[in-house]
Amino acid sequence: MLEIALKSLRNRWLSALLAIIAIAMSVALILTVEKVRRDARTSFTQTVSGTDLIIGARSGSVPLLLYSVFRIGNATNNISWQTVEEIRQRESVKWSIPISLGDSHQGYRVLGTTRDYFNHYRYANDQALTFAKGEATDNVFDDVFDAVLGSEVARQLGYSLDDQIVIAHGTGKVAIVTHDNQPFSVVAVLDPTGTPVDQTIHVSLEGIEAMHVDWRSGMAVPGQATLPEQIRQMDLQPKQVTAMLVGLKSRATVFREQRAINEYRDEPLLAILPGVAIQELWSLVSVAENALIIISSFVVVAGLVNLVSVLFAGLNERRREMGILRASGARPAHIFGLLSAESTLLSLAGVFLGLLLHFAVVGIGSIWAQQLYGLTINIELPRLNDVYVLVAILISGVFVGCLPAWRAYRQSVADGMMQRI
Amino acid sequence: MDTTKPALQLQDVQFTWPGAALPVIDIPQLQIEQGERVFVRGASGSGKTTLLSLIAAILKPQRGSIVVNAIDITAKEAPQADQFRADHIGLVFQQFNLLPFLSVTENVQLPCKFSPTRRKQAVLSGGSTAKEAERLLDAMQLPKNVYSTASTMRLSVGQQQRVAVARALIGSPKLVIADEPTSALDTDARDAFLKLLFNEVKQSSATLLFVSHDSALATMFDRNIDLQSLNRASTDTQHQAESVDH
Repeated sequence: MLEIALKSLRNRWLSALLAIIAIAMSVALILTVEKVRRDARTSFTQTVSGTDLIIGARSGSVPLLLYSVFRIGNATNNISWQTVEEIRQRESVKWSIPISLGDSHQGYRVLGTTRDYFNHYRYANDQALTFAKGEATDNVFDDVFDAVLGSEVARQLGYSLDDQIVIAHGTGKVAIVTHDNQPFSVVAVLDPTGTPVDQTIHVSLEGIEAMHVDWRSGMAVPGQATLPEQIRQMDLQPKQVTAMLVGLKSRATVFREQRAINEYRDEPLLAILPGVAIQELWSLVSVAENALIIISSFVVVAGLVNLVSVLFAGLNERRREMGILRASGARPAHIFGLLSAESTLLSLAGVFLGLLLHFAVVGIGSIWAQQLYGLTINIELPRLNDVYVLVAILISGVFVGCLPAWRAYRQSVADGMMQRI
Repeated sequence: MDTTKPALQLQDVQFTWPGAALPVIDIPQLQIEQGERVFVRGASGSGKTTLLSLIAAILKPQRGSIVVNAIDITAKEAPQADQFRADHIGLVFQQFNLLPFLSVTENVQLPCKFSPTRRKQAVLSGGSTAKEAERLLDAMQLPKNVYSTASTMRLSVGQQQRVAVARALIGSPKLVIADEPTSALDTDARDAFLKLLFNEVKQSSATLLFVSHDSALATMFDRNIDLQSLNRASTDTQHQAESVDH
């Protein structure tokens, strides 16, 4: 029966191929969407690691997370240096990284920070930042005008060591006012991380102050242009920063510390647990995620409907075929089996081709993502979940195939030996 | 095989299509002996195909009994009736007998896929079903170079009908039913076809039931049956059927 089904399908190869392609496309789509979703979630949750608390001026946890970690949006308020010092000196605090945002270079965010950033910042599974080229951590920021580039910044703008860069005030790509009298020089480039770090230019907190020496209240003071040499002699102690990342000696104290900081008397502060905030943020994103899944499911349904319609459309022109089979001794059960075998073969081929298509898409996509974003997407065997999805599609294919099979069975009984032309 | 038993015996058979008021078949008695070549003549609409469907156990009469090779097929349930047909009856249609996507020999071997009995018979006779198919095609005077290279659909109608006979005969079914097999053939092809058909039916000692509206063929058979006079229903229903047809 399988052999006859195969040969019959080969005879109608075009419509069979289209049915297979429709299923393959839907299978590839749902697998790829699922993988993108999973990888996006992973890279999302792996943006920051090892940080116990993120502290900023009081706002919402999601905005704080967005500007401090994802470099999206701006802080509404800063925290004073005095507070930074006080938190740093708290007994349970192991390390702290102050960060200062608000400037940009060619659309890439400039982050003012300290050497501790390179020592303590972790992403993915406790991965430290590493230098692709340039100075070791100990020497970075020795000079006020040192800049460390994320891999993406260096690649996109074609910068390498010792290049001079000019940093603009504000965060737009086309900056109106530039701090062009204080050029920074590239002292190091970081390895790709697949996180917003790649798109960041890191300078020292003093560097941020230095940029603003000739500025008062957000305006350049006319006619004033302090030379870099003079700036180096100045006291560039920052007065405030945008946020700080804190690592604790013991994770057990995290909630106590969070409460203490949230109830800080001198300044309204907000401390968030990055993991919790990321979950919160993801739950916002998951609306789009669910929409994607729903759309892919509909595509799968469309593929199956197409399969059924191809089989149904074939039935009438195949009445004679069924008649010949019955005259040769095929029972209605054989006819049913033939049609079921066809839909099973088509679904099987569709699922298999879809799997190949998915791998091809992910393969090509991973090369692209590697080149463009330094993101590593692994081609991996389908997860158990995916296998369930594939099996479900296959079973649905077999199941919906029973509808035309039943129809053919009924027809072959009703037609009997009559030759319907 | 018991040769003394009739090949086919109809007793008081009546069949009415569902929803119809009058029976289309009402045959008090019909008996056909083993090995007989019987010509059944009837105009279109006289219930020929219905009668064949009854004998092939595709339809079940409301009344009466049909006995084929000493087997009462009216007593059989649908699955057994199907198996009976697969095992005992070879069918040839008017035209379009072949599956286009199978090769000629595969078409001939088709009944062996559904009937173990016929497969066994074919293997016994030819060594394998494929060899038996070739032997039958050979006997039907189809050159090997024609059927091994040309696709099924490239054969002429006469060649296709001969392939259909080879298929009806494979595995030596006891009863061969041919429903207007020559109506698509010209006179020369028809006579050649009939000769080959008679030969092979005789070879496999089968009974042949040949249905046609073409009375010119009648003389070539052992026996003639006029369906109109046999079928009591036809006198009433034929006119109805014809008026519907025209």
